[in-house]
Amino acid sequence: MPLSPEDVSRIAHLARLELSPAEGSAMQTQLNDFFKIVEQMSAVDTSGLEPLHTPLSAIGNVELRLRPDLVTESNNRAANMANAPAAESGLFLVPKVIE
Amino acid sequence: MSGELHTLGVAELGRALAAKSTSSVEVTQALLARAQADTHGAFLVVDADAALAAARAADATRAAGAAGAGHALLGVPIAHKDIFVTQDSPTTAGSKMLEGYRSPFDATVVARLKAAGAVSLGKLNCDEFAMGSANENSAWGPVRNPWDARRVPGGSSGGSAAAVAAQLVPAATGTDTGGSIRQPASFTGVTGIKPTYGVCSRFGMIAFASSLDQAGPLARSAEDCALLLSAMSGFDERDATSVQQPPQDFHAQMLRARDGATAAQPLKGLRIGLPKEFFPAALAADVSGRVRAALAEMEKLGATLVNVSLPRTELSIPVYYIIAPAEASSNLSRYDGVRYGHRAAQYGDLMDMYKKSRSEAFGPEVKRRIMIGTYVLSHGYYDAYYLQAQKLRRMIADDFQACFQQCDIIAGPVAPTVAWKLGEQGDDPVKAYLADIFTLPGSLAGLPGMSVPAGLGDGGMPVGLQLLGNYFAEGTLLHAAHALQQATDFHLQRPQA
Repeated sequence: MPLSPEDVSRIAHLARLELSPAEGSAMQTQLNDFFKIVEQMSAVDTSGLEPLHTPLSAIGNVELRLRPDLVTESNNRAANMANAPAAESGLFLVPKVIE
Repeated sequence: MSGELHTLGVAELGRALAAKSTSSVEVTQALLARAQADTHGAFLVVDADAALAAARAADATRAAGAAGAGHALLGVPIAHKDIFVTQDSPTTAGSKMLEGYRSPFDATVVARLKAAGAVSLGKLNCDEFAMGSANENSAWGPVRNPWDARRVPGGSSGGSAAAVAAQLVPAATGTDTGGSIRQPASFTGVTGIKPTYGVCSRFGMIAFASSLDQAGPLARSAEDCALLLSAMSGFDERDATSVQQPPQDFHAQMLRARDGATAAQPLKGLRIGLPKEFFPAALAADVSGRVRAALAEMEKLGATLVNVSLPRTELSIPVYYIIAPAEASSNLSRYDGVRYGHRAAQYGDLMDMYKKSRSEAFGPEVKRRIMIGTYVLSHGYYDAYYLQAQKLRRMIADDFQACFQQCDIIAGPVAPTVAWKLGEQGDDPVKAYLADIFTLPGSLAGLPGMSVPAGLGDGGMPVGLQLLGNYFAEGTLLHAAHALQQATDFHLQRPQA
């Protein structure tokens, strides 16, 4: 089912993207062209099949590896915050969220 | 000697360095000069100071006979796709979103190559967040194919492929999610390998699609790829999908003779499956011709060609372009202008900050894939699209397992054509997606795959032969490619200076 301009706006909002009217219109066309090639996928009967979330589960059971709940990192706060657009006293600064 | 250092591959350089006929500093200086003069747009950053310091350290290690002095990569110059974070250089992933970003750590693949003594010359251009098949999607300008500067080098590891083809470095790291090592290797006449999913750590590899992304080398021979892959591979506890195997010696695996092989017939007993879906009517005649010629060479070496089928080859296009964008939309949600990356100069509230920061800094292809991914994961569409694609993905993986009952490796073209001209795809992204048809199935299944030069097609442009193996069969692939490269000289062809 083709996407409408409202669909494109709604998806853009979910994706935290802002599209200009021209961009939105181009995006609508491109997405609809893309979804035409997806139709052939919908027609295939996949009942009873498990999804393949990770490749090696095609040949065996893949368990998500867990590690012991221990502290393994040291305090690298300064290095880890060095790329922050706005920071102060070890905090990332953002516009006020709570009224 | 110094006039020809750039023509030496990794193994050759290793031997020359061990024999002391050159030094790492001498090689590094020669290649830095070439990298800095390059007009193909391959390098984003050339870090001469860091490279020369590493080269001096390598020479000192060798002179002192210290630990690591015997390593095949000691003092050998390489470069890294800008998708790998590096402490010494900025990392942008080809995007304005990460302009100026300096990582506090090295990617595991980078650290392992550094520990082996390789000397990084800098960071290589790539499609933005590894999304693209032509290196036309980089925020920093396109990369040009060294064989014909009007043409694309392929993507997303276009800078890596071009740097190796133009002899700026003997080897480079790349990543392959849907074909991004194999296809640029094919378009530029170099050798590349994407290992089995999980063989190389993804820690520090900027994420595009987490169930598909894999690191791998591009170089001028299977032997050189084997040397790099050995250093890059092995379990890393910081990558939850890392396979619990130690680093492997792929060079030794490459050299291990097959049972029943002879000197003249090193590939005796090797069954090469040719899926009929990889040789459709639409396949360009020049590509088909070169691929079949390379396969004929492998038959002379003792291999047997077997007809097989991968019936869902064409379906791999929508399956991949549902799954990869879905994973990308999730992975790229971290770019919110809060902790790193671009933040808009003007914004109202937090939501506005997110939207403006992301919209200003992501390129059109990235936005498209985020939109596709967001849509197919959203309420009401998840089952019909994402879940359906994941089930089809299992069918595709199962199809390969059925094939591997009848053959040892699978072969075919890497791409339907040779490299196209810059700008030729126009505004039609779907056209580019369709051209990924031969590399996507192997990616979806997580299988190892190589592109091996197979000679020149139309316009004198390189054509690659794709070899796909079963899980963890990198050694079989490298062995077959090496045998071909010992008997032919396709991989030695170079673009005119």
